[in-house]
Formats: sequence, structure tokens, C-alpha cells
Amino acid sequence: MLAGQSKKPKLEVLNATKVYNTRSGDLLAIDRCSLEIMEGEIVSIVGPSGCGKTTLLWSMSGLHGLSAGEVLLDGAPVSGPNADISMVFQDANLLPWRNLAANINFPFEIKGVKPDRIWIDELLNRVGLEGFGGRFPGELSGGMQQRAALVRALSFKPSVLLMDEPFGALDSFTREEMNRLVEEIWLDTKTTIVLITHSIEEAIFLSDRVVVMSPRPGRVASIHPVPFARPRSMEIMATKEVFDLTNAIKQEIVGTQVSRYPNPAASQDQPTPVNG
Amino acid sequence: MSKSDAIPQFKGKSDSPGDVGITNMSALTSGPGIKSAREVLAIILVAVIVVGGMELLLGFFEVPQYVLPKPSEIIVALVSDFPLIAPHLGHTLVELLGGFAIGATVGLILAAVITQFPFAEKIVTPYILLLVTTPMLALVPLLILRFGFGYEPRIIAVALASGPMVMINAATGFRRVDQGKIALARSYGASTLQIFWKIRAPMALPMIFVGLMVGSIFGLLTAVGAEMVGGGFGLGNRLTSYSSMILMPQFFAVVMILSMLGILIYVFFFLLGKKYASWEA
Repeated sequence: MLAGQSKKPKLEVLNATKVYNTRSGDLLAIDRCSLEIMEGEIVSIVGPSGCGKTTLLWSMSGLHGLSAGEVLLDGAPVSGPNADISMVFQDANLLPWRNLAANINFPFEIKGVKPDRIWIDELLNRVGLEGFGGRFPGELSGGMQQRAALVRALSFKPSVLLMDEPFGALDSFTREEMNRLVEEIWLDTKTTIVLITHSIEEAIFLSDRVVVMSPRPGRVASIHPVPFARPRSMEIMATKEVFDLTNAIKQEIVGTQVSRYPNPAASQDQPTPVNG
Repeated sequence: MSKSDAIPQFKGKSDSPGDVGITNMSALTSGPGIKSAREVLAIILVAVIVVGGMELLLGFFEVPQYVLPKPSEIIVALVSDFPLIAPHLGHTLVELLGGFAIGATVGLILAAVITQFPFAEKIVTPYILLLVTTPMLALVPLLILRFGFGYEPRIIAVALASGPMVMINAATGFRRVDQGKIALARSYGASTLQIFWKIRAPMALPMIFVGLMVGSIFGLLTAVGAEMVGGGFGLGNRLTSYSSMILMPQFFAVVMILSMLGILIYVFFFLLGKKYASWEA
């Protein structure tokens, strides 16, 4: 049913807890989060602002450690940045003093390995950036910058792609275009993707499962499977099932009573809520 | 597992360059571009009117040469006396380049190191501010007492004047940490050294250029000032010597050389900034 999903867990988050020390005392950002992401799966994490989504994602990438709990990649603990994991950041995060070609070369410079030109050219072609290698980020639109960031993230063929609200700064048309692009690339590469987003539509369009987090301290509140066939056409996205799922998740996040416990079936019995 | 991390600023944007440092990069990169032949013509026309007007006015009011020489007399003095002035220009350049090279090197290294240790930076900053705000010329008589009338006191004064300027601006540049970009490099497994050379240094580059420009101009001022205090050579020495002999055309010829030197320094760093730091403008 879930396209591309195999039985093997790729990433496992076990009781992840993170405390930040601030001037006004300790701050519990995420509290005993557990999550299993299968190989080749796309999982979105949604939740109210400040619920620790980014903290959770950064812990998965090994960019910062956990106060308790652990993250396993292919069964082995992640203790620092890993060559198999690639991050896409909130803004495109291109280096403004480098042109596009040099930006895409950046991971290889750091790792000290030779870039796979054929693969990079293929990626550039796919996102429509061929021939832009000499341009500087400041000369490109937000969408083009984010596409370049996507190429950079995929350039060294990571097996896991972590995306931290990658398209939040883009207008909605560009955003949809980027979503289709991600789906298209995923259909080819079957890279495991974990995506943080504020857009429930985006989460449903892209994901095999949507994880809803509770307000701080962040916990996994519920997990919604998204059982629609791929590629997800506009027709599928316009069906009542998608609409209902969207509203159920929205209700869960913005509703006055935020569910603290997994309750994925709730929407089936309720009347369709008014779209907020 | 770290419990003591500060909350990272995930949305970290680099500080805007507009409100930091002695001056602002836009002074280096957004110079007025000349667009058409008409503009060139207008610029030349105004220059001719200003210089020609001075010439005519000074002649009309019969201003004596020892008060203010005519532009034509200055040009004549510049051409005829240039062979006499040239060695002094050479001396000044040696002091400027030598002192600036020492000052800028020390300033850059200090800035790069000190910004890595915020606590040390807090302790050192007041002294750097003291060095920036104290006119190093004040130390020249003392330096002459200790080192004599040669190059040494002047080179030391130039280094003391330019180094802190370079340091304070470069430090501003190095402090502009963009957590997002550092996280990007770290996500590829970058070492601290790689983060410094590939992220921190290029981000600081525009402010480093500002520091080098301001520092070298300060160096020039200090070199000329130090030459006026004592010693028998250098452009500053020529200024005191020509004015004491009331050789005003020669005096202004030296002033012109100094102006051109200053402009050359500015243009040099302007072009350097345009080539390597235009991404920020």
C-alpha cells in the first residue's frame, strides 16, 4: 500500500529527550520522542511552533546531541554528522560568495572526495538549473536557490534526506512546484526523507506518514498514514479523503484541546470540521 | 550527550553589515559608476571650471604666492621638483608598506584568534579601543628617543596606527557568525579549521577589506605625521621644510602627491572589494 516502503527501519529515534540550558532555567524541548522511519519512506513532522520539530530533526542529523535517548541509523547510533545523511535547511542556505557550481561543489570540498559530475548534471537538468553554474545565489529567485540547495543535498547520494521547513519561504505556486519535484526525485531515488513543514497540504502531498507533535515539550502526539497512490495528482489531492485528513490534522494542531495521545481514527467518526 | 547546549538560532541570518564597524562595505562596493560620455564630459567640465576659476581668481585678486599658489604654479613645481621629491616619496612608501604589513598581519591574526574566545575578547577589547582612539602620533617623540631618526620609529607608529583599525574591523567580520551556514558545513563533517577557512573567513572578507582600507589610510596619516616630528627625510619632512622656506608651490605639490596616494589606496581596496566581496552589496 505504501509505495516504496520496505520492512527495514532506516532511522530509529528512541526516547529522544533534549534539554536546553537557558538563562531562565532549563527548557525541555523534546520529551521522550520515539519514531521509526522505514527505508524509502517519506515522513513529515508537523506541529505548533516551538514544539521541538527542528530540535528533533537536528538530533537525527547528528548536528546536536540529545540529553537522553538515541538515534539509530541502520541500527548504528548517530553520534555526529554522517555521510549518509543530508540536510536541507530553512532558507536555501547557499553560500553567497560562491557561484552555483562552487556551492554544489562545497560538500565534496569538505569531504575531500571527487564529485560525481554525471549525477550532478542529471540533477541540475532535472531541477532546470543547467547552465546556471556561473550565477551567484543573489542573482537567483528563491525557488531557484532552493532547487540548487536540493541538488547540493542530493549531490553525494545520501540515503537519508532531512528537510527543515525547506519551502516555507516560497510562494505557494513555487512551493507546489518544489513538492512535485521532490516527489519526482523520490520516485527515482527512493531516498528516505524526513520533512518538517508548517503546511499540512505539503505534508499530505509528500508523505507516507504524517507525525503530529504536541506543544512544548514536544512529544509524538499521533501518526497519520497517508494511503494515497503516487504520483499524487491534483485530482487525488482534491478528494474528500485528503480534505478530511487535512482537517483532522489541522484540528489536532490548532484545536483548543490538543490531543496528547495517538488518536488517528478520530476524524472518521466526527462531522467534517469547518476549514480553519 | 550535551546538556549544556545553548538554544541554537536555527533561523540565524548574518548580521546586517550596515550597522557595524567603522564604516560600511557599501562605501567600497557601491561607488558611483560612470555611465555615459555625457557624464564624463560634465565631470571634466566641472573640474576645468573649478581649477580654471581658482587660477583666474587668485590672479585677479593678486593673492601672493606664499599665501596660496596658483594651480599652474603647483603643476610646474610638481613637474620640475619631482626628481627632488621622488626619493622622499620612496621613504614614505617604505614606512607605510612596512608598518602596514606588520600592523595588518598582527591585526588580522589577533582578530581571527580573539573572536574564537568570547571571554578573551571581552578582556582585550578595551585595550584595542584605546589603541584605536589614541593618536599614535603622540608616541612618536618617545619612539624617536628610543629608536633614533631612522625608519624604525615611523614604521612602529604606522603599525600601531593601522593594526588596531584592521583588527577591530576584521573582528566585526569574524563575529558575524551565521549558525545556519556553520551547521551546513558541519552537516558535511567539516572540521573547525574547515569551518574557519570556508565559512568564517569568506563571511568576514568584506569587513576585512574595510579594515585594510581604513588601516592603510590611518597608516599614511601617521607616516606623514611622524616624518613631520623629526628625521631628515620623507614627504612629511618635505612639508615642514618647504613651508619653513616658504616654497609654497613645492609644498602644495607634495600635498597633491599625498592626496593621490590616498586616492590610490582607496581605489585599490575599492577594486579588491568589488572583485572579492561584491556578493554582499
